[in-house]
Amino acid sequence: MIRFENVGLRYGLGPEVLRDLNFGIDSHSFQFLTGPSGAGKTSLLRLLFLTLRPTRGLISMFDHDTASLNKDGRATLRRRIGIVFQDFRLLDHLTTYENVSLPLRVFGKDEATYRAEVVELLHWVGLGERIDALPPILSGGEKQRAAIARAVIARPQLLLADEPTGNVDPNLGQRLLRLFIELNKSGTAVVIATHDIALMDEYDARRLVLHEGRLHVYD
Amino acid sequence: MSMIDPADVLAEAGPDPMPEPWDNRRTATMSLPLRPAQSTIVPGDSLTGRSLAAVVAIMTFLAALTTGAVIMVVNAATDWQSDVGREVTIQVRPVSGRNIENDVNAAVAIARASNGIADVRAYTKEESEKLVEPWLGSGLALGDLPIPRMIVIKLAPGPAPDFVGLRKTLATQVPSATLDDHRGWIDRMRTMATAAVAAGLGILVLVVAVTILSVTFATRGAMATNRPIVEVLHYVGATDGFIAGQFQRHFLMLGLKGGLIGGGGALLLFGIITAVDAWLAGTASGDEAAALFGNPSIGLAGFGAIFGQILLMAAVTALTSRHTVNETLKSID
Repeated sequence: MIRFENVGLRYGLGPEVLRDLNFGIDSHSFQFLTGPSGAGKTSLLRLLFLTLRPTRGLISMFDHDTASLNKDGRATLRRRIGIVFQDFRLLDHLTTYENVSLPLRVFGKDEATYRAEVVELLHWVGLGERIDALPPILSGGEKQRAAIARAVIARPQLLLADEPTGNVDPNLGQRLLRLFIELNKSGTAVVIATHDIALMDEYDARRLVLHEGRLHVYD
Repeated sequence: MSMIDPADVLAEAGPDPMPEPWDNRRTATMSLPLRPAQSTIVPGDSLTGRSLAAVVAIMTFLAALTTGAVIMVVNAATDWQSDVGREVTIQVRPVSGRNIENDVNAAVAIARASNGIADVRAYTKEESEKLVEPWLGSGLALGDLPIPRMIVIKLAPGPAPDFVGLRKTLATQVPSATLDDHRGWIDRMRTMATAAVAAGLGILVLVVAVTILSVTFATRGAMATNRPIVEVLHYVGATDGFIAGQFQRHFLMLGLKGGLIGGGGALLLFGIITAVDAWLAGTASGDEAAALFGNPSIGLAGFGAIFGQILLMAAVTALTSRHTVNETLKSID
């Protein structure tokens, strides 16, 4: 589904922060992306999410060479990827329902065609009673679940999560992990960027370890 | 397969039953309450939005006032030139050996015979003497002085008379008469009016430029608070055109709202002035005001220009927002 070949990344004229990345992400797979702070996890996630372009190498996603895509092409490809940010990035003026349905609205779908689906997903992630709540009054865990729901509402083939348990207590972190596992079982490939060893020990999955800009894969 | 609600799994710790995969087929059995209309993606009523509308309203009002003032100056200058240009005079000098009354009558006859003349009026001897009183004083016996006689000719609307021919005829038939078409005075008046109009237009250009810059910066300021929205839309797969369109529409409406308030205020003001002027027309105070300020009406062209400024301000806010969105997207990508 996704393949990196000899990918390198540097910011400006600085040193390479990512070097000689060669790996793939298969459909329906589950993997943790880990490494010490500053190892380049977020940069790698941004490469996967097409908001950064490599300074060298080839990235192939869903049978497309990303270097050959224009802006609209990248936006279209990004619709097949869901992302969960550490800081949630919910829009404060939209209700939970409107935040979660935002991708479908952006894709130009009529609300009547997705309303039931969004409500169902909100119930599924435990926000059935918070449909009309605005993000500022949601708890951290609720925000995180709303962000996850928004990331998966369009049924992406790949789900990226950047430190999804960074802002929640360990108990909720475990429950969110189970949510990701279930999403993976429903057919979505999952990449969770984390440096939470305890979280990774909860589930036996492939580990992509970044160290000094190089990636080590432990299947 | 039993249906387990994942919400229960997420709600509390304890035994961890795995939830069923999310499957929207269950929604067919769910009862869904009617939902209110969705909020706009760009927040409709925000402090920055209201501030921007206020800036647009104030700047449009000032630009509209300037436009109206310039139009009044242009109208007044045109009226001055027109009034002076509609009148010429013939001066008949007393010359020894010639009967001035006969010369005056001959000059009046020649003038009346010319094309493009609406009215000819010869000043009497007494009236001519009164004309020089401001310089010589009153109570003097001016009867013995060689006072020239004036003939005032009002021109008919339309093409100007043949002044060259009239001057030649006068020179041959009434050598003591000279025609003054006020060309020198009109030229000076025209220069002054042109300078006043140019200064007014210059000020208008500066005011419109300042308005555009103010609105541009205010729009950029308002857009800065919307950067998170641009980013989120970008991350959920919106194309640049979609994002720019959302903001452009929103800011077009904000600009129109501000422009209509400011420009509408100015239009109302000029409308009131025009109505008051019409109401006072013919009265002593109305004549005084007309003498001081000229015609205060800005006319249909003026109202059209102000309406155009309202649209211009709305367009400036919309295009600035689009430009800022594109800049933001460039910085994200």
